[in-house]
Amino acid sequence: MKKLINKPEDVVLEEFKGIELAHPDLVKVHYDPDYIVRADAPVKGKVGVISGGGSGHEPMHGGYVGMGMLDAACPGAVFTSPTPDQMLEATKAVDGGAGVLHIVKNYTGDVMNFEMAADLAKAEGIDVEAVVVNDDVAVKDSLYTAGRRGVGLTVLMEKIVGAAAEEGRSLQEVAELARKINGQGRSMGMALTSCTVPHAGKPTFDLPEDEMEIGIGIHGEPGRTRMKIKTADEVTEILMKPIIEDIPYEEGDEVLLFVNSMGGTPLIELYILYRKAIEILEAKGIKVVRNLIGPYITSLEMAGCSFTLLKMDEDLIKLWDAPVKTAGMRWGV
Amino acid sequence: MAVTKNDVLEWIRAYAQVIADNEDYLTELDSPIGDADHGANMHRGFKAVLDKLPANEDKDIGKILMGVGMALLSKVGGAGGPLYSTVFIQMGKSIDGKMEFELADWANALEAATQGVVRLGKASPGDKTMVDALTPAVEALKEASEQGLTLGEGLEKSAKAAEEGMIATIPLVARKGRASYLGERSAGHQDPGATSTFLLLDTAVKVWAKSQ
Repeated sequence: MKKLINKPEDVVLEEFKGIELAHPDLVKVHYDPDYIVRADAPVKGKVGVISGGGSGHEPMHGGYVGMGMLDAACPGAVFTSPTPDQMLEATKAVDGGAGVLHIVKNYTGDVMNFEMAADLAKAEGIDVEAVVVNDDVAVKDSLYTAGRRGVGLTVLMEKIVGAAAEEGRSLQEVAELARKINGQGRSMGMALTSCTVPHAGKPTFDLPEDEMEIGIGIHGEPGRTRMKIKTADEVTEILMKPIIEDIPYEEGDEVLLFVNSMGGTPLIELYILYRKAIEILEAKGIKVVRNLIGPYITSLEMAGCSFTLLKMDEDLIKLWDAPVKTAGMRWGV
Repeated sequence: MAVTKNDVLEWIRAYAQVIADNEDYLTELDSPIGDADHGANMHRGFKAVLDKLPANEDKDIGKILMGVGMALLSKVGGAGGPLYSTVFIQMGKSIDGKMEFELADWANALEAATQGVVRLGKASPGDKTMVDALTPAVEALKEASEQGLTLGEGLEKSAKAAEEGMIATIPLVARKGRASYLGERSAGHQDPGATSTFLLLDTAVKVWAKSQ
C-alpha cells in the first residue's frame, strides 16, 4: 500500500483536523461524536440539511457543508456508515426550529443508522424527514438485492435541496423536492482499478491490467460485470444506455449531465467522456442545460468514472444556479 | 449447571480477543463480496466494549449485555453496528435482572436476538447473512433444552449448528447487504457476518463449557 497517511486508524481524524484548519470560515468541526457543521449553525428559521456516510468519497460529504448546501455532514470510518449518535448530535446542532432533512444513500447500514437517529431526534422533539437516494441503475431493484445504491445523484440533490432550504422553503417542501430529484435522476459507474481501504492495506478486488468493472458502487465493491477494457467512447455508450433507458429520458428533455471521477481518473479523460455523452444525448434530442465535471463523489484513489443524468425544470435550474459556498463547490458568491 | 455473571464477562472479553485475532480474516472474507471493513469495524467496536465494560461489571447480566449493545451502536457503524448492537440488547432484555442463567434462558435469549436481527435487517434464512448462523443455532439450543441435555451439550450443539450454517452460506447468492449487488457473483464466498456470529457462539462454548 502506497498512501500519504500516517497510521490507518488516524486517517479520518487527521483529515478532520485538516478541514478544521483549512476552512474555519465555512465550518466547525465537532469531535466525539464526529460531525462537521457550517460555521453559522444553527441558522434560525431555516430547514437544516444533513447528510452522512462512510469516509473515502471526498469531497462528499464534509466538503459540501456551507452556505447553500449542507448544514452538517456525519462521516463514518472509510466506507462505513456513521453511527446514530453522530447523526443525532448533528441534527440537534443544525436545528434552527424549522426541522431537519436527512439525505440518506441507500445502503443497508446507512439506512439503519439514520432511521435510528431520526427516531431519537423525534423523541427529543425535532421534526425530521428522511429521503433515501437510490439512483444507481447498475443494481437491479428487486426483492433479491438491498435495492439500488445511492451514488452520483446524491451530490446534485445536496446542492439543489440545500439551495431550497437556504431560500426558506419548509421541511415538507424541501423533502418533496428531494424525492422529486430522486425520481428523475439516474447514474452508473465503472472502474479501471480497484482501491485500497487504508486499514485493509491491499486492493479490495483484483483487476487485471486489461480488464474493467462495469456497474461499480462507491465503496470499492466489485461491479456487476467484468470485461476487456474498451475505448472512452465505448465505455460512455455502455454506461449511458442503461441510464437513458431507465426513466426513460426522452426527446425534448432538458437535463444536467454530471461526469464524475472515482478519484484516480484525471479531468482530461472526463472531458473526453463528456464529449461523447453529449453526442449520444444530442442524437436522442435530449438537451444538456447544465453540467458538472470532476471528482465530486469518489472511491478513494480508484480510477474510473460515473455518469449521472438529472431531468431539469425551471425550478431545479434556478436552485442549481443559486449561490453556494463550500470547500467542494463554490459559485455565485 | 448455570452460566454466571463472571462467565458472561469472561465470554465478552474472550470474544473481543477472538475478534482482534481474526480482524484480517474477517476483512478478507468481506473483500470479494463486501467493502473490506467487517474485521476493522468489529475490532473497533469491541475495543469500545472493553473500555466500557468496567462501568457495568457490578450490574446484572442483562444490563451488562445491553451495555455491550450500546457501546457497539455508538462505535461500529455500517450495518454490522446496529445488527450486533441488537443481538446484545435483545439478549440483555431477555436475561434482564439475572445473575446467572440456564440452557433454556440462553435459548430464549438467542432467539430474541435472532428475531431482533431479522426485524432490523429484514433478512430471511438463505439470504447469506448472519441469520444463517443464528437460526440453526437457536433451533439446536431449543432442541437441546427440550431434550434435557446439559448446558455444555446444548452450547456444543449450537456452535456446531452455527458453523454448519456459516459454511452453508458459501454457495448462496446474497439477497441482503452489499454482497447482494454482486448477484450471482456473490456465490462461492463465505459470509463474513455469519462467520463473526459463529465465532461468538464458539467462544461461548469454549469459555462456558470450561467453567462448568
